[in-house]
Amino acid sequence: MKALSVSPAQLRAAEAVFWIALASSFFLLPDKLTLMSQIMIFGLFAVSLDMALGYAGILTVGHAAFFGAGAYAAGLLAKYGWSEPFTGLAFALVVSGLLGYALSYLVVRGADLTRLMITIGVCVLLFEVANRLSGITGGTDGLQGVVIAPVLGMFDFDLYGKTAFCYAFGVVFAMFLLVRLVLRSPFGLALRGIHDSRKRMLAIGSPVEARLRMAYAFSAAVAGVAGALLAQTTQFVGIESIGFNRSAEVLIILVLGGTGRLYGGMIGAIVYMLVHDWFADMNPQYWMFWLGIFLIAAVMLGRGGIMGALSRFVRTGKAR
Amino acid sequence: MGIVIFDGVAYGMLLFLIGVGLSITMGLMNFVNLAHGSFAMVGGYVAAVLMNHFGLGFGLSLAAAFVAAALVGAVLEFVFYRRLYRAHPLDQVLLSIGVVFVSIAAFTYFFGPTMQPFTLPAALDGQVSLLGLEVGRYRLFLIACGAAVLVALLLGLGKTRYGAMVRAAVDNQRVAGGTGIHVQRLFFLTFSLGCGLAGLGGALSLGMLGLEPSFPLKYLVYFLMVVCVGGAGTVTGPFIAALLVGIVDVAGKYYLPEAGAFLIYVFMIVMLLVRPNGIVAKKGLA
Amino acid sequence: MSPANRTHTLRTQGLGIRFGEFQAVSDVNLSLEPGARQALIGPNGAGKTTLINLLTGVFKPTSGSIHMGEHDLTRLSADKRARMGLSRTFQINTLFPSLTPLLSVVLAISEREGLGATWWRPLKGCTRVFDEAHSLLGIFRLDSLADVPVSELAYGKQRLLEIALALAAKPRILLLDEPAAGVPQDESGELFEVIAALPQDISVLFIEHDMKLVFRFSRRISVLVGGRILTEGTPSEISADPRVREVYLGSSHHHA
Repeated sequence: MKALSVSPAQLRAAEAVFWIALASSFFLLPDKLTLMSQIMIFGLFAVSLDMALGYAGILTVGHAAFFGAGAYAAGLLAKYGWSEPFTGLAFALVVSGLLGYALSYLVVRGADLTRLMITIGVCVLLFEVANRLSGITGGTDGLQGVVIAPVLGMFDFDLYGKTAFCYAFGVVFAMFLLVRLVLRSPFGLALRGIHDSRKRMLAIGSPVEARLRMAYAFSAAVAGVAGALLAQTTQFVGIESIGFNRSAEVLIILVLGGTGRLYGGMIGAIVYMLVHDWFADMNPQYWMFWLGIFLIAAVMLGRGGIMGALSRFVRTGKAR
Repeated sequence: MGIVIFDGVAYGMLLFLIGVGLSITMGLMNFVNLAHGSFAMVGGYVAAVLMNHFGLGFGLSLAAAFVAAALVGAVLEFVFYRRLYRAHPLDQVLLSIGVVFVSIAAFTYFFGPTMQPFTLPAALDGQVSLLGLEVGRYRLFLIACGAAVLVALLLGLGKTRYGAMVRAAVDNQRVAGGTGIHVQRLFFLTFSLGCGLAGLGGALSLGMLGLEPSFPLKYLVYFLMVVCVGGAGTVTGPFIAALLVGIVDVAGKYYLPEAGAFLIYVFMIVMLLVRPNGIVAKKGLA
Repeated sequence: MSPANRTHTLRTQGLGIRFGEFQAVSDVNLSLEPGARQALIGPNGAGKTTLINLLTGVFKPTSGSIHMGEHDLTRLSADKRARMGLSRTFQINTLFPSLTPLLSVVLAISEREGLGATWWRPLKGCTRVFDEAHSLLGIFRLDSLADVPVSELAYGKQRLLEIALALAAKPRILLLDEPAAGVPQDESGELFEVIAALPQDISVLFIEHDMKLVFRFSRRISVLVGGRILTEGTPSEISADPRVREVYLGSSHHHA
């Protein structure tokens, strides 16, 4: 099958169509708005993981540490006094970004295995902290009583999730544009270079470890914003947002959509969560079973997820 | 305090028994197998069913657990794992996550989510007097098992031809293959052996940790910790690490119950910072 | 020697490295003058690439020191040395397979200019960088291939790109590791021209087996055997030296 050739202008048009279609679910799927909000939030979370995994090449099954950190940061801020949503997001971004930057010193050096362990270790450590400090975090019951002030002082968070959807859409879109900007900047090119040949990058004088640390910090910050969004739109923070299962889940979502491709995380989230919703009344054990089967099949057969398959049929005329 | 240390050592032995197989496979095959706990679970359930439904003795059930887990490991190695030895670590992680999920779901379906009942055999029940302390017989038995396996593995790796081949392949796989060692068969045997040991450990944990379908995920971090902190590819490394982890965890939970598992995770991170290649680093580990 | 030229010198003293029991390089005293054109020759396995790896920081020496001008490089990391003006090419093409020649050179220039951490501006906006990249590619006659994925380039063109990347950093010292390796006869002409046209103020040390290249471009030759410098001298001195001939069994090496 001959590859379809697509020009940059057509690509941009396709991107616009994607976001318009997503936005239009406000009108087309009025009773599924909560689901759509969650899809966008997890899509952003998966895109943040891609920055670490697909672009910086850091294998991590512990990214929920940052998602959860952002969620608790925003949740606690609102619960204990300051409930303006945008500042809540900014606070979460700073908290998870700093956490990511601090951890990057551990994560960026060292072999794959040690790195994997440290990312998992930190994630379960934070889970345990959230569990132990249940007086503050609500422990396994979750953080409740998170009340968010109206967006821009005007739009109350309503029961139908209308405000939540628009708010989530706006924030996810803005963050996505930010990620896109970063990946198309000189820094983004440096990351691609490191991905291709670390040796060469060192030889041209690039401080490779510093670049990777920054990428990890970025990905942590974006994950934190996604977590904060979830906390704010659901007015709740569950302890599972910071656990290993959540980390494994977002990894699956990203791989489903395709790593190293800007839209991989978003596409993966859409497919995963829609399918999950479809089988919602299914016994959770069945879901886990079929998910496991899917993973095994995907690894043994597939290459590059949905975006990878797409790229074999569509040529965009630029080097990746 | 003596009891706490003793209990910690017993717990550590259990972790060693389950984790040592993972260390050898990770060191030998460079394969990140997050599903290792599933093989322990297989052994545990086989032993539980044999004892509870068929009235089989404890010793025989342990042996059966070892064999069953080894068989499952052999099958999975043949069908899946062996195709991924050269694959990207991400693929290995994803496959093993898939295996864990399938195993947890399957065992929940067949056995329900609650813990398996287990009655200690009479000979291992109760206390015995040791060095002025009243220690549990079962825990003493665990320590004996752990020590026996350690000695057996060290002798096996150090004195047998098979052991020499494993050590050679861990050191430098390509060169080992070049000297005529049938690396594929070596992997197959060793992986099965590792899974068998895990199964044995899983059966033994019936009396100390309890067995339920979430076992592989619940204790995943502990197995990985023992291997990484100890040093993947070695036997003595995980042994030392397992003892440390066992003691730190039990002592921590005893003296600082509010901290829970927090201490052991901090311990792990600190150890990985100080010795990123493990306590006993494999020579020539890249 | 004027102060401005001092950083164009590279000096090693007693440089050596030991891998376990094996002494790969020992007691190497090398001196590269500003504007040098120095060749490093020797039989296979003599330690030439190991020496380059020592100079560039891929390996840390177990004995001796390296100085570039007044700066002590011995404990510095590879990327720090590169930023101080030490560039190299690799014997086996070490390029960016998923990028294009243009993007590769842009990346090298961007890192040189300290733009590698700039995440808030689109790459396309850095017109000066792109202009410089285009002119550099032009010098290497790679301009027509600027947007071809590197993995699709002919081997000889990839070899040229190797050198272009090293030059993009505007180095003071350039280490070329077998630039002609694997380049077929009909493509080597271009390569020779490029090497001939290297800026005069850059000090160049190159490893080569191709004696045509060595005798055409070098003004000084060092012979490395068994990790030690056997002798050094001008091309005529070296070609007349019986010990050197003995080492090479009397024939000059050519790549087929």
